[in-house]
Amino acid sequence: MDRTLPFFPEQASTAAGRVDALYYFLIAVSAFFTLLIAVLLVYFAVKYRRRSESERPQPVAGSLKLEIAWTVIPLAISMVMFFWGASLFFALSRPPEGAIEIYAVGKQWMWKFQHVDGQSEINELHVPVGRPVRLTMASEDVIHSFFVPAFRTKTDVLPGRLSTAWFEATRPGRYHLFCAEYCGTKHSGMIGWIVAMDPVEYQTWLGGGAATGSLADAGQKLFQQHACNTCHRPDSLARGPNLEGLFGKPVRLASGQTVTADESYLRESIVAPNAKLVEGFQPLMPTYQGLISEEGILQLIAYIKSLGQPPATQQQVPASGAPSPGRTPATSAPGRATP
Amino acid sequence: MHSPAVAERPHGHPALAHHFESLAQQKQASSLGMWVFLVTEILFFGGAFLAYIVYRSAYPEAFAGASHHLDVTLGAINTAVLIVSSLTMALAVHAAQTGRRRGTIGFLLATMVLGAAFLVIKAVEYGHKFEDGLLPGPHFSYPGGGARQAELFFSIYFAMTGLHALHMIVGLGLLATLVWLAARGRFSPGYNTPVEMIGLYWHFVDIVWIFLFPLLYLIGRHG
Amino acid sequence: MSAVPVPRAAEVPDYLNARYGVKSWLLTRDHKRIALLYLASVTVFFFLGGAFAVLIRLELVTPAGDLVQSETYNKLFTMHGVIMIFFFLIPSIPAVLGNFLVPLMIGAKDLAFPRLNLLSWYIFVAGGIFTLWSVVHGGLDTGWTFYTPYSTTYSNTAVITAGIGIFVTGFSSILTGLNFIVTIHRMRAPGLTWFRLPLFIWSHYATSLIMVLGTPVLAITVLLLVAERAFRLGIFDPALGGDPVLFQHLFWFYSHPAVYIMILPAMGVISELVTAFSRKNIFGYRFVAYASVGIAVLGFFVWGHHMFVSGQSVYAGMIFSILSFLVAVPSAVKVFNWTATLYKGSVSFQTPMLYTFGFIGLFTIGGLTGLFLASMGLDVHVHDTYFIVAHFHYIMVGGAIMGYLGGIHYWWPKISGKMYPEGLARFAALILFVGFNLTFFPQFILGYLGMPRRYHAYPDEFQVLNVMSSAGASILGVGYLIPMFYLAWSMRYGKDAPANPWGATGLEWRTPSPPPTENFAETPVVTWEPYHYSDAPVEVKGGGGSSDATGEAPARA
Repeated sequence: MDRTLPFFPEQASTAAGRVDALYYFLIAVSAFFTLLIAVLLVYFAVKYRRRSESERPQPVAGSLKLEIAWTVIPLAISMVMFFWGASLFFALSRPPEGAIEIYAVGKQWMWKFQHVDGQSEINELHVPVGRPVRLTMASEDVIHSFFVPAFRTKTDVLPGRLSTAWFEATRPGRYHLFCAEYCGTKHSGMIGWIVAMDPVEYQTWLGGGAATGSLADAGQKLFQQHACNTCHRPDSLARGPNLEGLFGKPVRLASGQTVTADESYLRESIVAPNAKLVEGFQPLMPTYQGLISEEGILQLIAYIKSLGQPPATQQQVPASGAPSPGRTPATSAPGRATP
Repeated sequence: MHSPAVAERPHGHPALAHHFESLAQQKQASSLGMWVFLVTEILFFGGAFLAYIVYRSAYPEAFAGASHHLDVTLGAINTAVLIVSSLTMALAVHAAQTGRRRGTIGFLLATMVLGAAFLVIKAVEYGHKFEDGLLPGPHFSYPGGGARQAELFFSIYFAMTGLHALHMIVGLGLLATLVWLAARGRFSPGYNTPVEMIGLYWHFVDIVWIFLFPLLYLIGRHG
Repeated sequence: MSAVPVPRAAEVPDYLNARYGVKSWLLTRDHKRIALLYLASVTVFFFLGGAFAVLIRLELVTPAGDLVQSETYNKLFTMHGVIMIFFFLIPSIPAVLGNFLVPLMIGAKDLAFPRLNLLSWYIFVAGGIFTLWSVVHGGLDTGWTFYTPYSTTYSNTAVITAGIGIFVTGFSSILTGLNFIVTIHRMRAPGLTWFRLPLFIWSHYATSLIMVLGTPVLAITVLLLVAERAFRLGIFDPALGGDPVLFQHLFWFYSHPAVYIMILPAMGVISELVTAFSRKNIFGYRFVAYASVGIAVLGFFVWGHHMFVSGQSVYAGMIFSILSFLVAVPSAVKVFNWTATLYKGSVSFQTPMLYTFGFIGLFTIGGLTGLFLASMGLDVHVHDTYFIVAHFHYIMVGGAIMGYLGGIHYWWPKISGKMYPEGLARFAALILFVGFNLTFFPQFILGYLGMPRRYHAYPDEFQVLNVMSSAGASILGVGYLIPMFYLAWSMRYGKDAPANPWGATGLEWRTPSPPPTENFAETPVVTWEPYHYSDAPVEVKGGGGSSDATGEAPARA
């Protein structure tokens, strides 16, 4: 679909064509029924217009068949729409494997994006064409919504919890980014651009950016700054669970439940540590809500995710000059491999 | 074809409103009206109960801990007070239905006394919470972990019991009106609808408390 | 509304001239006078809300936010929404036409609780004053949806005052609904069984169910919101441990059924109009009646379709989506039945029928675009864009307001005893239809292109469509002013109306125009089916005078 047609935004993602297809179907069905009703109304009105004040039409007994027909047929069409829309939504909410991780923070009235290896952008996000991108997002203040019309993607960005969105750009270009949930004075100013680039150009862009250290580096700094390592350590002095290799693993709670240590779990453990107390530990951890920004929390999450992972799986291009070491937790002696 | 002209005749019972055909119709209308109103009250309190359920299932330990700061003894006494007040209210209705004016007034007054007792005990409880720094807001202070969730518990506690108390106060006003009307001889076996309707309202307010008490006061208390 | 009408030569005074003086209006228990009190109030609110709309559309003519500041713009769209929804759309048809007609249509002398009815109006006015006070003292900029934590913690406007105003106004709605339910259950004339009731009554009954069950949830939600803002409680603010999505659930649990409060009464009006102006029975009476109740019931289970992208679980979303498709079906059934009613009828094109055609066409479009929103994958793209704005304006303005105006014109002779000028009225109806489509159709396109709602300034490429929309809005504004003038004019200078100027069935046409305070000299006994146009001639009495219609049907089994 071309951008010459002024009625539809560009199709610039893998999802866009699918969403537009459903839209066309709905337009077709709507146009059909609207025209049908309009034509019938006009036809009946003209054909049966009153010709004399004293005319008395014969009663028309209703028709059970018709009632059933015009109940069942709309119902059937609706169910097609439902299944189509629901399966499309499923696809839109499940990022594929191997997606590039981007962390985003929305705050009144700007967007901050963090690439894993350190580039941070404000109100602009560079992504490569042809690779899925997964955004993990939080808000510093009120509810915002991450909306890119050309990608047909939208997800609310909430305070107090993480939300995720994903897309795969299909053509290079600059695409509008809008905040789509009213958030105060400069709601209509909370806009920006998604810059989709040719993959090679993207690598160049990544490498050339002023990388002030990766996201995980920043998280490590925070980890030390807030002395998390005094309790979260792999030895017998630990008062909190060991974080090495924790991400993605199942965790057994004191309540008997088992949960998965995903981003939301990590975030909750920082801001509401006693909400999911881990089996075998005391509720000693204080809350860091208000002490660490949403951005900082995302950095910590990136750091914890990187703990205990062997170097081969890291996906980012090393910042120029710096080696890309396998991450070791801050407490172990340098050079020692993680257990 | 038409029923005899009703509008022109003197309309009968002094309590019969002009737009009703008969006392029976009027009473049925009042009754249905009160029941519909009580349904709206269920939906009204229901929203608050929903908020409570949501947060209790999110923070079970914190809520249990906060609940232990509530005075179960006073709460239980209040429960008993309200149940007895429902009894006296029912007796008042019965007295009205059997035409006993003094009995009606007596039982209505008893209900009012019990209702007032409930409110006094509630005020005492609120006072204790205030002294203990458990009033949500800038001066909230909670010993132990889970302070934020405890503050949430107390927010819901005060919102729900406060709303309930407000309904009790309105109920007392309604009862006072009934006493006044009864004293003026307005009720009889043929007409006692207001007593019955306000009785329904009173029982409803009682039932709301029957739900509030275990949900708020008795979390995690066994035996 | 205390204008003194010209006394007519009748034996029985009508409700307008039965008693004079401001007190006789402000302390009335007559449902007809209360309806007029509401008519005056909702009209004031309508033009106030409309004024805000004019300013919004004026600002949106240019991409830059250059007419007003952002803070002001945010207050404009908030107050437009709050006033139009709570103070016009929700009360309009039930409180004006419902109050006037429900007792008449069922052969009763008044509603079950006349004093409660008057109290309802005072509560409405009190809530309105409170809310307007917030406009003057700080304004309100949260959007009519009050999402947290913006409304609890970040907004610097008069949220508490406005919240209290809306809380108070809600009781007006609850009491009206309660009154209707009891009246319809208990005060029907002898012989008037449920399936002999006019469909206007069925739809008001269904609406009343929603008013009574849904509004209390709004009340507690607003109360908790106000308490949170005042006392920093933390129920909805995540910084204090609360959940902003819980607010959305509680808010939409009322606010979705609320849209059915706004449209069901209009559907009831359309059923009356389409039968009267086709001189035919409705095609499938029971289906339309059941559809009304079905919409009311199902409407309580779909609120989550406002929250597909808000963080709600995908599975919950799917349940809400499928139920949203289900609730669309009874509306479709109604549209088909109305259309089929014209078949082999005797169709005339007076103003009420013009509004009926407008309603059926525009409601069909609005309702069909609802299916776009129920489709989850598509809703992701159009949620919170101008597509949504267009969708609900098609239903609320193209639907509900056209239904309201059609009903006002249809029953105007009964209410005022005067005829309105037909030529001018038809002209206004056509202007409204044109202006409406020009205003809102471009917004569907804008929305799909990606223009978000509640935007003060927008990218240049959206300007052409915005200019079209604003041009339409100016036509719409003029269109609404015209009936104001000629209806007021007609009260003094209009032709006297007969008891049954349209030759319609229904008990309300068997009393004089305007009716006496007691409605009926004798309580009617009903032995005929509704819309019995084919049974017997229903005479139209021409000229003045208030004589009863003689269109009684012979007794039928």
